[in-house]
Order: sequence, then C-alpha cells, then structure tokens
Amino acid sequence: MTIRDFLMLDLPPLLAALMAGATCGLLGSFLVLRRESLVGDALSHAVLPGIVLAFAITGARSGLPMLVGAMAAGLLAVVLISVVQRAARLDPGAAIGAIFTTFFAIGLVLMETTGARSVDLDLDCVLFGQLETLVWAQAEGLHSLVDPVALEGLPRQLGLLAGVGLVVAVVVAALWRPLKLICFDPGYAAALGMPSRALEFGLALLVAAAAVAAFESVGSILVVAMLVCPAAALRLMTDRYGAQVLGGAALGAALGGVGYALAGPVPAALGLDISLNAAGVIGTLGGVMVAVAALVRAGVRRARVVTA
Amino acid sequence: MIAYNTAVVLLGCALLGLAAGTVGTFSLLRGRALVADAVGHAALPGVAIAALIVATLGGDPRSLPPLLAGAATAGVLGVLAVQALARTGRIREDAAIAIVLSSFYALGVAILSWLQTQPGAAQAGLSKFILGQAAAMRAEDAVVAASVAGVCLLVCLVMFQRLRAVCFDPDFCRMQGLGVQKVDLLLLGLLVLVCVAGLQAVGLILVVALLVLPAATARLLTFRLPRMLAISAVIGAVCGAAGAWVSALRPEVPTGAAVVLALAAVFTVALLLAPERGLLAQVYTHLRRRLAADTEHFLRAAWEAQEIAGAGPGTAGDRWAPIGAVAAARGWRIGRARRLAFWLAQRGLVARADGNVHLTPRGAAAARRAVRAHRAVEHHLLAAGATDIASADRLADLVEHGLPPEMAARLLPEPSALPASPHQLGERRP
Repeated sequence: MTIRDFLMLDLPPLLAALMAGATCGLLGSFLVLRRESLVGDALSHAVLPGIVLAFAITGARSGLPMLVGAMAAGLLAVVLISVVQRAARLDPGAAIGAIFTTFFAIGLVLMETTGARSVDLDLDCVLFGQLETLVWAQAEGLHSLVDPVALEGLPRQLGLLAGVGLVVAVVVAALWRPLKLICFDPGYAAALGMPSRALEFGLALLVAAAAVAAFESVGSILVVAMLVCPAAALRLMTDRYGAQVLGGAALGAALGGVGYALAGPVPAALGLDISLNAAGVIGTLGGVMVAVAALVRAGVRRARVVTA
Repeated sequence: MIAYNTAVVLLGCALLGLAAGTVGTFSLLRGRALVADAVGHAALPGVAIAALIVATLGGDPRSLPPLLAGAATAGVLGVLAVQALARTGRIREDAAIAIVLSSFYALGVAILSWLQTQPGAAQAGLSKFILGQAAAMRAEDAVVAASVAGVCLLVCLVMFQRLRAVCFDPDFCRMQGLGVQKVDLLLLGLLVLVCVAGLQAVGLILVVALLVLPAATARLLTFRLPRMLAISAVIGAVCGAAGAWVSALRPEVPTGAAVVLALAAVFTVALLLAPERGLLAQVYTHLRRRLAADTEHFLRAAWEAQEIAGAGPGTAGDRWAPIGAVAAARGWRIGRARRLAFWLAQRGLVARADGNVHLTPRGAAAARRAVRAHRAVEHHLLAAGATDIASADRLADLVEHGLPPEMAARLLPEPSALPASPHQLGERRP
C-alpha cells in the first residue's frame, strides 16, 4: 500500500472516525453522569426527519441545512419527551420510546415520499454508516497535505465533523464548572440560580449536532455506541470528573481509530481477505470495551476483598 | 378480494399487535418499557449467525423458525447483558440498555457486512428484519409469528394475577413469597418472544414501539388494569393490521414505519383528547379552576369594597361597588375585572351599571361564603402563630377555594358571625 493510497482511501475515514469518536465521547460522559443515556439514543434516532426534510428542501446534502434541521428535530423531540412524560405520567423510558420511534418512522416515510432516498441519502447510510465511502480523490502524495487546492477536495463531512467537534470542545471548556454541577447536583445548581433548563437544552442541542455530524460516517444507530460506550467504560474505571470527561473524548477517538483500522486496513495489511463494515466494528469494540472494563473492575474488587 | 396470503399476513399482524399490547402493558407498568429496545436491536447478530449456520448446514436460509430462534437467543443474551451491567452498580439500567442495543446491533452489522462478501445466499433478505416488510411475508411465516404471539397472550392471561401483583406492589409480593424474580423473568421472556415474533413484520428497530405505544395510549385513557389491557391490545391489533395493510399496498413504505405512525396517531389523539389525562382536559380543568377562583375573588372584593364604603361587617351586600375598586383590591387590570363582571352578570351573580356592580341575592350569598372562607383561613393562620398578616392574606387567597362552609365554621371562633377582616381592606399591597 502506497502513501497515496493511504491518503486517498484511508485518511478521510480514519479522520472522520477519530473526530466523531472524540466529539461523541466528550458529550457521552455528561449523558451517562446525568442518567440520560437513552436521551442520546433517542436523539440519534430523532434527528432523522430533520435531516431528510432539510435535504428535501435544499435538494443537496450540504452540511449546514442538515445540521439546522437535525438540531430543530432534536430539540422538538426533547421538548415532546418532557411534555408526554408529564402529561401522560409515563416513566422517562416509556416517553422516550414513544417519541423516538415516532420520529424515526416519520423520517423513514419522509425519505420514501420526498424522493430524498433515490438521490443521495440512502437507507444503508442511516442503518450501517458509510465510513468507507469517504475518499479524497485529489490526494497524490504527502505534498497534497499542504496543497490548498487538493485539500479542498477532502470530503465535506470532515469539515462538518471538525466544526461540530470544535464547537463542542469550546462549549465544554467554557461551561466546565456549571456542567459539572448539573451532572452531580442539579438541585444545588438550581438553588444557585443557574439556568439549568437552558444548560440541559444546550446539552441536548450539542448531542443532536454531534449525532448529525457523526450520522453520515457511522449511521444513525451506532452514534449511540460512540456516545455511551466510552463514557460507561470510564465510569467503571474512574471517579474523577476530569478523567471521566477528557478520558471519554480520548477513549472515543481511540475507539473510532482502532475500530476503523481493524475493519479493513489491518486485515488487508496482514494479507487477510476480510473487510468488515467499519461502523459495525467500532460499535462492537465499544461493547467489548465496556465488558472488559466491567470484568476488570469485578476482578479488582474481588482481589481487594481477598487481601482485606 | 384480498389474496389468501395477504389475509393471513394481516391476521398474523393483528394477533401480534394483540400480544404486544398485552405484554407491553405489563412491561410499561413494571418500568421495563425500553428493555424491548435492547432486545430488538440485540436480535440482529442472532438472526445473522442463525442464517449463516443454516446456510452452512445446507438448509434454506430464509426459513423463519431458525432465524427466530437465533433472534430469541441473542435477545435473551442481550437482556442478561443489561442485567449484568446494571449489577455493577456504576452503570445504571438506562446506560446498560444503550450499550447493549448499540454494540449488539453493531456486531450484527459487522457480521452482515462479512456475509455479503461470502459466496452463497446466507445474507439474502436479512436486512428486511431491520425495518420490517410485511409485504414479503409468506403465509407460513405469518402463522409462525402469530403462534408465538398467541402463546404470549395465553401465558399473560393464565399468569394475570401474578403479573398484576408484581406490577403494582412488588414489595407486597416479596413478603407474600410470590417470587417476584420468577415473575420478572417470565415477563422478560414474554418480552423477548413478542419482539422476536414481531421482527419480520415490524423490524427490530421499531418493534419497541409496538410494545410501548399501545400501552402508553391505554394508560392515558383509563385507570383500571383490565380495561387498560383490553384497550392496549385492541389498539395494537388494529394498528398492526393497518400498518401491514398500508405496506402491502405500497411496498416501498417499511411496515415498521407504517405501524408506528398508525400507533403514534392514536397516541396523539389520546394525548390531546383523553377524558381526564388528555392535554385539552387538563387545560380545561385548569381554566375552570382559575375562573372559579377569580369568581370568588371578585365577589369577595365587591363585598369588601362595600365594607370600606361604610357597610358594617356582615351587613354588606346592598350597595353598588365600583369595578375599579374591585380591580384595585385584587391588583387586576381594569379590563380583566370588567370581563369578569360581564361573566358574573351572565351567571346572574351581579348586576352592572355605569362601571359599578351590585351583588344579586345569589351573588351576595356566594360572596358571603367566600369572605367567610377567606377570613376563616386568615384567623386560623393568625391563631396558629403567623405574625405577618399580609402573607397570611396571600396564603388564604390560595387555600380558601373549595373550603366547605362547615370547615370555615370550625376554623372561626364564632361560627355564626362574619368576623371583621384582621387587616385593613382596600388596595392590594405589593
């Protein structure tokens, strides 16, 4: 495999997996700490109608309208979940289940009826992700990395991912302490006069944005794995807030990178004729990571009991 | 005329909806609604591996029973994984569900992508399990799904008492030695079976809706379990059949989506129009209560305006009171007071002339009751040690409504008389 091949075929998906993993991993800790993991699940499904509608209206798979549409749909879903939960006196899980399935179904039907599917946005992308289709056709060698003309040919999903990742990182850094407070003691945060509701909605918006940015690379459903698995694995390993949040981002990025590598490039380099769906491998790896963390934790505790 | 195949598929979907509505009711009440989400997604690797095994053994990879067996096995593994993760104490059940559903589904996706590169037709048609495709169901598939659903329904009916007891009072069951864990396991087993039976028709992503939405709709409509079960089952059956029908007519619409949209439409209607818990009913109740409170406040303010004008305590009721004074006493805008005066005039509680109101005999009686209730609460609060008269006044404003006259009489020192106000009357203090 030449450098040109690597730059052309492997670099864009690798970058996409790394950035999606880092962004989702960073946000995932807040979801897990706030006991809202399923909101992440719901949001990743619920953004679909927004994406499809934005696509149908603008007629192109361009980043910004899809982002806006997805965030609007995500916000609507969060509001509806809380309305349904209160009005129908359901427990949160049931309200989430009622709303996100409805949104996802609306998205599917819109996809069929608006013709969005036939052109560019297809069901396989939603269900399985399309990391493998990101290619950088203009890459010719290492010098392309500094060549502005060639860089313009990078898949635009990378730009969207980078933008969302940057915004998420800046927001998390700026709101470091308030976010910590609403994770661990929402009541105290409210008593201090913090705008808890605004922070909660802001968090939901960020998750929706991350979901749509990651949507095109790993698909609608595996976003959940990227959101929850790194955070949950760290939850089993650490009690420190900083390690949890920053470690989540690092672990997410590692998950994306290693998962992508294991799916195609590594077997190919070893001469094996196996090529798997990268999103699938990333998600599976996430589950394995949590399982290993749980087993290690159980082992450590048993060892402590024995020595004590 | 409906073709035989379509008729069987429709009936199968209806029976499936019936079973899902029944099992879903119990799982909703037990707080397990989203376990079905994990089970549904977890079924994908099971289906894929089962297809692989059957194809390797030389069987027909499209025959349903082995695929469903694979799905059920994977679903059970998924449930066990959720419970094992939740037992760590660090990962709560919701996070465990999210982890299991996404990583099992991912494993399924990876296996599917590998199958596609293999020779043979093992993967053929497996992706229809993801979103459901009733149009592609054969009659014998529908019979398999329907019999699984039928078994679930039967078990629910036989075990009704146990399930009900565990859903409503698990602690009581534990004390009675009823084996809460066993019943929970049974419920989880039923959940897995219904999910698996629904895979081909509704698809594994949306099968959770079939279990949650009918039960949630029924919960809005009734407070009694047998009725809730019946409503939920009927909604599940009708919407299941309707969704299958739509997707039989238009095969490009995934059956799962059609079923879910039918269910969501019913749920939305119930959410808006349900007699007690519906949003409209709640808004109506709220507005009616507010109007009742405003009416009492208006009448009391009109009464007290006359007391200020010189009528002794207990003798007010035969003078004209300016609406402006009522508005000022309540801190209302004058327009609101005028509208209320108009409304009270329609109800025959006051007469209006030149921006003044005069209590009718009925209005005076109601006003006297309101004043008594207000002062009773105020006196009670002061006697109980409240020192701040203004806040006692405010608090009385909130709690006096609906205070029955006998109660007011017990709170007052002299039951028969209308006591004087403990504070100065007039413009509302800020």
